[in-house]
Amino acid sequence: MRAFTYERPVDLAAALVAIGQPGARFLAGGTNLLDLMKVEAETPQHLVDVSRLPLDQISEENGGLRIGAMVTNTALAGDSHVREHYPVLARAVLNGASAQLRNQATTGGNLLQRTRCYYFYDPSTPCNKRAPGSGCSALQGYNRIHAILGASDACIAVHPSDMAVAMMALDAEVEVEAPHSHRRIKIADFHRLPGNTPQNDTILGAGELITAVILPPPPPGGQVYRKVRDRASYDFALVSVAAVVETDGERIRSARIALGGVAHKPWRALEAERQLAGVPLSDDALAAAGETAVKGAQGHGHNDFKIPLAARTVASALAEAAKQRKA
Amino acid sequence: MPDTILGQPIDRIDGKAKVTGAARYAGDRRAEHPAFGVIVTSTVGRGTINKVDIKEAQAAPGVVLVMSHENAPAQAPFKHAGDRHARPKPQLNGARVHYYGEPVALVVADTFEQATAAARLVRVSYQTEMGAYDLAGNRRFAYTPAELVQGKPDSSLGDFDKGFAQGAQTVDATYTTPYQSHNPMELVASLAQWDGDRLTVHCATQLVDAAHHSIASTLRIPLENVEVISEFIGGGFGGKLPIYGDAILAALAARQLKRPVKVTLTRQQMFSVTTHRAATIQRVRLAAGTDGKLTAIAHEVMSQSARMDEFVESAAASTRSMYAAPNRLTRHRVVPLDMPVSDSMRAPGDAVGQLAIEQAMDELAYKLDLDPVELRLRNEPTEDPEKHVPYSTRKLVECLKRGAAEFGWDKRPSVPGTLKDGQWLVGFGVAAAIRGNYRRPATARVRMDENRHVTVEMDMTDIGTGSYTIFAQVAADALGVPIGQVTVKLGDSSYPQTPGSGGSFGAASCAPAVHDACMEIKKKLDAGQGPGNLQAEVKSAPGEEFKKFSQYSYGAHFAEVGVDTSTGEARLRRMLGVFDAGRIYNSKTARSQLVGGMIWGVGSALHENAVVDQRYGLFVNHDLAGYHVPVHADVPAVDAIMLAGFDGKSNEMGSKGVGELGICGAGAAVANAIYNACGVRIRDYPITPDKVLRGLMRPANLAQQR
Ligand SMILES: Cc1cc2nc3c(=O)[nH]c(=O)nc-3n(C[C@H](O)[C@H](O)[C@H](O)COP(=O)(O)OP(=O)(O)OC[C@H]3O[C@@H](n4cnc5c(N)ncnc54)[C@H](O)[C@@H]3O)c2cc1C
Ligand code: SF4
Repeated sequence: MRAFTYERPVDLAAALVAIGQPGARFLAGGTNLLDLMKVEAETPQHLVDVSRLPLDQISEENGGLRIGAMVTNTALAGDSHVREHYPVLARAVLNGASAQLRNQATTGGNLLQRTRCYYFYDPSTPCNKRAPGSGCSALQGYNRIHAILGASDACIAVHPSDMAVAMMALDAEVEVEAPHSHRRIKIADFHRLPGNTPQNDTILGAGELITAVILPPPPPGGQVYRKVRDRASYDFALVSVAAVVETDGERIRSARIALGGVAHKPWRALEAERQLAGVPLSDDALAAAGETAVKGAQGHGHNDFKIPLAARTVASALAEAAKQRKA
Repeated sequence: MPDTILGQPIDRIDGKAKVTGAARYAGDRRAEHPAFGVIVTSTVGRGTINKVDIKEAQAAPGVVLVMSHENAPAQAPFKHAGDRHARPKPQLNGARVHYYGEPVALVVADTFEQATAAARLVRVSYQTEMGAYDLAGNRRFAYTPAELVQGKPDSSLGDFDKGFAQGAQTVDATYTTPYQSHNPMELVASLAQWDGDRLTVHCATQLVDAAHHSIASTLRIPLENVEVISEFIGGGFGGKLPIYGDAILAALAARQLKRPVKVTLTRQQMFSVTTHRAATIQRVRLAAGTDGKLTAIAHEVMSQSARMDEFVESAAASTRSMYAAPNRLTRHRVVPLDMPVSDSMRAPGDAVGQLAIEQAMDELAYKLDLDPVELRLRNEPTEDPEKHVPYSTRKLVECLKRGAAEFGWDKRPSVPGTLKDGQWLVGFGVAAAIRGNYRRPATARVRMDENRHVTVEMDMTDIGTGSYTIFAQVAADALGVPIGQVTVKLGDSSYPQTPGSGGSFGAASCAPAVHDACMEIKKKLDAGQGPGNLQAEVKSAPGEEFKKFSQYSYGAHFAEVGVDTSTGEARLRRMLGVFDAGRIYNSKTARSQLVGGMIWGVGSALHENAVVDQRYGLFVNHDLAGYHVPVHADVPAVDAIMLAGFDGKSNEMGSKGVGELGICGAGAAVANAIYNACGVRIRDYPITPDKVLRGLMRPANLAQQR
């Protein structure tokens, strides 16, 4: 870990000024940033601790929900409104990390957590995301946990968040603040594909602070989060699926499908969703949607299994969600 | 059974100190005005160091010393021969790089943070060479090692080929097991301090005596000038049998700086600087008649060894004693790779050997259409089939029968893929366990003061297994005093010599010494002496019983596993082990050992895998987020039953080794349960969802479904 300076601004305005210092980064729960600093995958010179800013409220807003950026993962998953109306989000958050980490991790930090690609964490190896231009070790290396969709030759990393996958299915928006700007970004646009600049995980500008995540009113239908992983808990997704399915008992009215563990960003399977709208509910239809969801997927050797795994998990998550059929 | 504290499930006597933080581990030790050392490791797998540029590091804040092979003090040369763990362990003693992650420099600074930051500023340039990192790809370089801990590398009896040809059913299968890393909770750490020419090293070691010799010989100073202290150890598993660069480098730096130096490995460094369990490729061939009796057994093992330091994973050694069969063959080969040093890990040989052979037995049972418990019962030998000596004690049959009854084995689906629970297919698996029983010479000193307070001293260690507690029980029992009146002091080289903790021999070696020393005190008391100022020091050693008898501890594992049919995830649902480990000194700490071993077996079956990047020779997933061991959710209901027993051939106290027994065979029971659940046979450990899924998707799969 390199030496760094630290400050805890008293309010939002002060935080937005403080972040203007060279090499400054926001610090929230610290569960990802500090780990990365220890291995020097990240080397900020100055930390601006925003963890105590008054952004830790969950409130109803226009039939939806406003989740402050500093709401902890534990608080988010335990919120009664979230549990009742956005169970896919509660489940996704609870499927992430461990209780101790969730107590510390924040909503904003979770969105901005970085990939768990082994090479990204090991400065002795080339990695375009950590050291642009140095090469991608995973491409020809051990890539079992890597992307099958939307990757580039520069980087095949996946975004590791569970929470963001559920938010993707819920059409969340990210509220962002900078000294002279205030904007809302659709979550689908928030994270980006690696292209030639894998060092950028999101479209967030320098110094922009996430202040909240906004959920629109809950979608109709059953909600399911299904996470496939090597062990039963405390493990990142090999593949995860957030599914929302509305049926009339026989026909699918609408479906939403988001995948985690497959791409550089939470992945929405829009074509598969369209394919399901209005069709009779059947195992075949769901299996076909699973296949569509992975259309164009490409494995890199160790992760080839993710293609059929993602297809099957989509199908089984859809089936489970369809069964719930909330009136 | 007389009314005795021996065997009672009493809480560990050091438990309170541990949970309150009063117990001081090596890394917790403090000294006056210490400096902190951080190790820099190699970033190539094989090659030569061109240059170590220390300019920038040396100029960094707080840095007081940067050491590399260019300026490291002379030390005794490395020796292959001799006691593996007592040998000299010279550090930074040449430009050669033997593996990725080998120590190449030490940076010492006033604070740990300064040393950590400066360590990244050491620039090492290499002449990189092509290394050999792939076990399977280098099998043509396999050679026969001179010997195993258990004797000869190869054995044969009868005519294997003929016996194999005679079988009505045969299995010929190859199993692979991956690299595993010990990575106990406590990081390897040392604090070294000189007082004139006397050195004290607080370090995390299982074998104080070996560490003592290793440190003194490396530094070429008299043994009596070195004191090694390892009072508490946060897990060892074999990973703390040797000492590592932290101890030697701390001592060298402390001498040079004339101030105490503490060196702690990082979690990442634990994967390469310390040892690991070697990967293996094992071919097992079994043949049996329609009566289920084995006509032939062959178990051939190929394992990785560091090119620089041979270690043999003796995976087929116990196969020589396990089942009856007239025609037999075992072989051990070693493939030298440019990888970190492999060494013993919990049940070396046995743990991985039984992942193979006990799965092969299961495969044979299906071929014979025989209950796998029954198959094992039918091949119970009357004497050791290769050594031709009686067993000291062997209750494998009882373990199997008791386990089957308690587990409800009769509810096992006999056809794979037929027991469903929602999205899950459920299966039962069984495997037997065998673990070599060892004993080494040990000396204990016991004192009694005027208040009848008893103090036991040995250089033995407690690596979390409960040694402190059981020796207190032994002394309390022998002297008839309450356990609160016994103080046990371990982990200091100034105490009498013992073999330390390893190979499950600690209790079997040391308890008799403690007992005998107590009896000497008792004799003195009975003769009218004392109680004050009494002291006895007694050495206790194994006799001929280890030659005259085949000595093992045994067990049987029963596992119930669910397999998710759409994702291939296999999850343990419950597990029971029944064990024959002779007399149990403390049924609580022993059970913890057994259950802990079983859980490691579950991890061996499903999770653990230190993956090598074949281009660099690097363990890629070198932290505990990437290297998976079971978490609570993976081990729902695991229980262990210990059969009442007494093995007087093992030692006078009647105990056999416990610590490593639980892991033996445990993973195979899980693998076998997976097959029983879904008809997918995975011979390449660990059995991760990708592998199961591939099997489920095969058109021929019995349980094919979505
Ligand atoms: C062992 C382990 C296992 C884990 N398992 C999982 C898992 O299974 N699933 C999962 O989803 N996650 C998992 N996590 C990751 C965990 O969810 C994240 O570490 C956590 O959510 C990050 O939140 P934080 O508040 O601690 O972020 P920090 O570490 O404080 O920050 C992360 C990043 O976000 C930036 N940042 C933080 N807040 C803001 C803000 N408001 N505006 C702008 N930038 C900001 C920081 O500058 C930093 O770059 C795991 C973590 C660990 C260590
Ligand atoms: S996949 Fe991305 S993060 Fe991983 S090594 Fe390649 S560039 Fe780095």
